[in-house]
Amino acid sequence: MEQTWKQARAAFAAISVPPLAWLLFFFLIPLAVIWAYTFGENTGPTTIDFTGTFANYARALGPLYLGIFVKSVVVAAITTILCLVVGFPVALAIAFASPKQKAWLLLLIMLPFWTNLLIRTFALIAVLREQGYVNFALEWLWNNASGFMTLIGLQPLGEFEPLTLLYNNFAVVVGLVYVHLPFMVLPLYSALDRMDRSLMEASLDLGAGHLKTIFLVVVPLAAPGIASGILITFIPALGSYLTPDLLGGTDSQMIANVIERQFKRANDWPFGAALSFLLMYLTFIAIAIQALVQRRSDRRA
Amino acid sequence: MADQALVATPSPRPPEKPVKDKPGPLEYMRQWPLRVIVGATLLFLYLPLITLMVFSFNDSRRNIVWHGFTFKYYEKAFNNDSLQQAFVNSLTIAFLCTVISVILGALAAVMLWRFRFPGKTVVEGSMALPIVVPEICMGVAMLVFFARVFPWPGGLPWPLNLGAITIAHISFAFPFVATVVRARLASFNRELEEAAKDLGASEWRTFWDVLVPHMQPGLIAGALLAFTLSLDDFVITFFTAGPDTVTFPVKVYSMLRFSVTPEVNAASTILIVVTVILTAIGLQMQNNEPKDKKA
Repeated sequence: MEQTWKQARAAFAAISVPPLAWLLFFFLIPLAVIWAYTFGENTGPTTIDFTGTFANYARALGPLYLGIFVKSVVVAAITTILCLVVGFPVALAIAFASPKQKAWLLLLIMLPFWTNLLIRTFALIAVLREQGYVNFALEWLWNNASGFMTLIGLQPLGEFEPLTLLYNNFAVVVGLVYVHLPFMVLPLYSALDRMDRSLMEASLDLGAGHLKTIFLVVVPLAAPGIASGILITFIPALGSYLTPDLLGGTDSQMIANVIERQFKRANDWPFGAALSFLLMYLTFIAIAIQALVQRRSDRRA
Repeated sequence: MADQALVATPSPRPPEKPVKDKPGPLEYMRQWPLRVIVGATLLFLYLPLITLMVFSFNDSRRNIVWHGFTFKYYEKAFNNDSLQQAFVNSLTIAFLCTVISVILGALAAVMLWRFRFPGKTVVEGSMALPIVVPEICMGVAMLVFFARVFPWPGGLPWPLNLGAITIAHISFAFPFVATVVRARLASFNRELEEAAKDLGASEWRTFWDVLVPHMQPGLIAGALLAFTLSLDDFVITFFTAGPDTVTFPVKVYSMLRFSVTPEVNAASTILIVVTVILTAIGLQMQNNEPKDKKA
């Protein structure tokens, strides 16, 4: 049983003061300062008055910045859906692999997760750029197709035009999927691994096909895992800074890039603070939705 | 028909030859569509990284076509003083962050596991905040904090000038450690602690000789997590780093902005190798753990 803190006051103090003091001083106070800034006004180049104004929030919810928020949510949602579509079969295959294969596959999925985010993004640039491997492969296919057309007496295809795969929204989504795929696969795997397999066997024995079994039996059983995979992918994708910064073009700025600009270049801290708190509220809303879904599925079980 | 099958004497079957055992219905890993998906996913995850590593040895500035093997970009990276300094800074920060995060995280885990106290839910909620708050928000909070509230003195001698970055890293890393250690503590038998105390061990002695050995795998996993989180972090560091306190990711970022050179490939390859080796050591330490559990 848990002790009440009164039973061992000295031990409780010794154990709890260092982490709580750290959390308060180096995390909660900085957040509180930013929160106070959201109601402030720039009165000089470095002076900010706390006037209790809501102007920063009003500006942040104006059409321009609201559009960026909506765009960030859409990009994060597309990323999450793609991660789910790719990650689910991968997690299924790993969960049902032999124990030895399983350990290796999990390691292979986790390894990129341990490598530096910046390096992974940089590596992706080399593959996606106009003289990168994706375009090389496409050019090869194009030329072969062209040769084949002449062979069967048709007009050959024109000159190969390398696709612009970088510095646009497409690159941002690819980059976000690349970075966040392990986040999706791991919770899905742990949900699928714990699942009662006899239910799947029963469904298959009773004549349902594999796809039908997966959609009608596996997905409902793994729903909590799917929900947490979605959350764990969506939240960092929503707030991502580096991927849109390095892979995106001028029109693919996400909310984090706008926040950065307010703090580093535009030097409008109160407005940047308001934007970052709105992003935080969005994150909390996503968590709350997930908690509701979880509770509902727990009640059904 | 089923009845007939039950009654009928089993006809002698032809001896089954194990020509090729067909995959069972649930052995998804042995069915080709899933194999293709898994293979394509792994290709997607690894092709860029492998390309980067291979082309760090390429004797050409434009890393597209293979021109022959060279170590010259490694030499260049090793002779680049600011890159080297950034690398040393990153490792130092990661080391300090790991030590302090493990201590704070372990204490927080024990506190939440052992005690009932007023406001516990609030504490649990705030401990989860650094994990869920978007990095950018934490980055700007740290920027403002160190600029206005708690200015970190400039011009300090070397490891001390990294203080602001290290503090920021600890703030987001130690709640992760606490989560991992707390999960490990759930399997602890509290009677062991009581037995130790009944036998006359002091509070401190019980903590050190009974609880800490049990927490050990959690502590190792937490340390590994804290180290990689710190080494990997770009966004929060970007907001707390000064001109003379550049970490490896921040340095690589500015090199990338400036121009993509094979030197960056070489430096990145070194970092990948360092992280992979550290992860391997950490996993090895965790795998060795069940043996002493039996004793």
